[in-house]
Amino acid sequence: MSKAETKPAKIRKKKKPVTDPKKLKASNRRAGRKIGGTVAIFLFLTVLGLFMVLPIWLMVVNSIKPVNEMFIFPPKWYTLNPTFDNFRDTYRVLGQMWVPFSRYVFNSAFVTIAVTVLQCVFASMAAFCLAKIKFPGNKLINGIIVLALLYNSNVIYLMQYMVMAELNMINRMSALILPSVASTMGLFLMRQSMSTVPDAMIEAAKVDGASLFTICWKIVIPNQKPALMTMAIFAFQGAWNITGGSVIYDESLKTLPTVIQQAASAGISRQGVTMAAAVILFLPPVLFFIMAQSQVMETMAHSGIKD
Amino acid sequence: MDKILDKDQIGVRTKKERRQLVWRQMKQNKEAYLMLLPFMVIFIIFTVIPVIMSLPIGLTDFDMVQYPPTWVGLSNFYNLFLNDSIFIKAIRVTLVFAVFTGPLSYLLSFLLAWLINELNQTLKVIFTLIFYAPSMASGVYAVWQLIFSGDSYGIANSTLMNLGVSTSAIQWLTDSKYILTVVIIVQLWVSMGAGFLAMRAGFQNIDKSQYEAGAIEGIKNRWQELIYITIPGMGPSLMFAAVMQIVSAFTADIVARNLVGFPSTDYAAHTIMTHAFDYGWVRYEMGYASAICMVLFIAMYICNKLISKILGKYME
Repeated sequence: MSKAETKPAKIRKKKKPVTDPKKLKASNRRAGRKIGGTVAIFLFLTVLGLFMVLPIWLMVVNSIKPVNEMFIFPPKWYTLNPTFDNFRDTYRVLGQMWVPFSRYVFNSAFVTIAVTVLQCVFASMAAFCLAKIKFPGNKLINGIIVLALLYNSNVIYLMQYMVMAELNMINRMSALILPSVASTMGLFLMRQSMSTVPDAMIEAAKVDGASLFTICWKIVIPNQKPALMTMAIFAFQGAWNITGGSVIYDESLKTLPTVIQQAASAGISRQGVTMAAAVILFLPPVLFFIMAQSQVMETMAHSGIKD
Repeated sequence: MDKILDKDQIGVRTKKERRQLVWRQMKQNKEAYLMLLPFMVIFIIFTVIPVIMSLPIGLTDFDMVQYPPTWVGLSNFYNLFLNDSIFIKAIRVTLVFAVFTGPLSYLLSFLLAWLINELNQTLKVIFTLIFYAPSMASGVYAVWQLIFSGDSYGIANSTLMNLGVSTSAIQWLTDSKYILTVVIIVQLWVSMGAGFLAMRAGFQNIDKSQYEAGAIEGIKNRWQELIYITIPGMGPSLMFAAVMQIVSAFTADIVARNLVGFPSTDYAAHTIMTHAFDYGWVRYEMGYASAICMVLFIAMYICNKLISKILGKYME
């Protein structure tokens, strides 16, 4: 770094204005990046990241610790005898239920996929209209969405239950799926992101005779991958953790988190099982997260229609 | 004749004309309404109707058994502010909590989202995952209990004792001196959530050609790029994150309930939301609980208006 600064001004002047775009390497396209700064950022994030990861690391380590290592002093950050006993125990506890384990997995997978797909499709369309189309009622709906985000009453679940009972939805899969589909958070996120899409792009498509539906799905949404994938992550994560509590009482309709929490909530003697359960519930959202974020990475490399 | 010549009337549409205009606009936008329909139907059934049904409950005495609830007017609100000393304490705890977690995690989210954006693609995914992971680990409270366990097997205690900082185990989760601090630490740990991820999306949504243009037009470093190109381009994402931050700072009660138990010693981590939970789902006094939530809602609404104004001015 210091070398570059002590170089005579003449040489630097020669180098500076790169006008031929082919000569600009990918890393040089951005303004003044010093390698030292990037390394500092990397180090800073790594140190902070270690603190963030520590509890999760502990969760994973404890889930594969044998029982006799769990209560030694001082507690250890690693284990030399990893074992899957805790996972086997969790599976055994769950295997004692009336319903086969695979049924819970299926229920959870079904609910999660249904909520994620429906929410992404419905909220994207709604967000597009709210962000980019001027129609009577637009402002009103936008206002209601924000109010609904802020409104958080204990009684809502009770009233929701009453509505579902009225619609004859209690103890059905739809009681798990439908209430989560219309997520105001997802809609608000998409709306905010889509409001940065230039109007000229939409007007141009309209002039070319494209319908709103086509504009939404063929032009706007492919350009909104980062927000769309973020919404998908929220939806997946929320749906995966749905427990159904009061609306589902049939054992064969229960989801994985419900039964895993039942199995794990048996006190300190099952600490290993608690950790294993936490790890099992943690993995699918993480895998989905990695998938979704890598998706963003690929698409951003190709996007270009914007002004 | 006179009426037509009235200057105020020229160019002003009559009610009927206005209604016709709105109707025409609605017909023009048929497709937009159709596209809104699926979301709005579900939203109205499962959110709007329950919310409207829940509004009057705060003015009643409702124990979830007796139906219909008895009307008590504003007495819930009266009792809340004049006779409920724990609620007043809860306001204080909520404010301390919100002041520490709200702005701090908002700024931290932004800083981290920006710094991550400076790295290459693979590292972006890895670091975003690392900082967002706590929000996905719903069962991780068991680990925090292990870390802050009150005996010498707790990790915090054993580390402090090994280093010779303290000689006896500290009751992190039951001593009212430490409870709120511990809860705030864990809340900050899980706070790189929705807002953080939305900011990451905001950063990624900015077109690269803008940066290239900026570089040619004389932007010298990361800092200038952030101020002149990035922030103006991601205003809506910042707004979203602010709203989410308000919600999570004001309504966070899950961390406290899972970590220090309910109720916490001396109500040291008793937020307004915990108070509402107490009356709603422990004592089944839904009317009172609703009144509490209503007060919280109004506080959040005012806070949201203020922040929108500040952010809005900054974006202009």
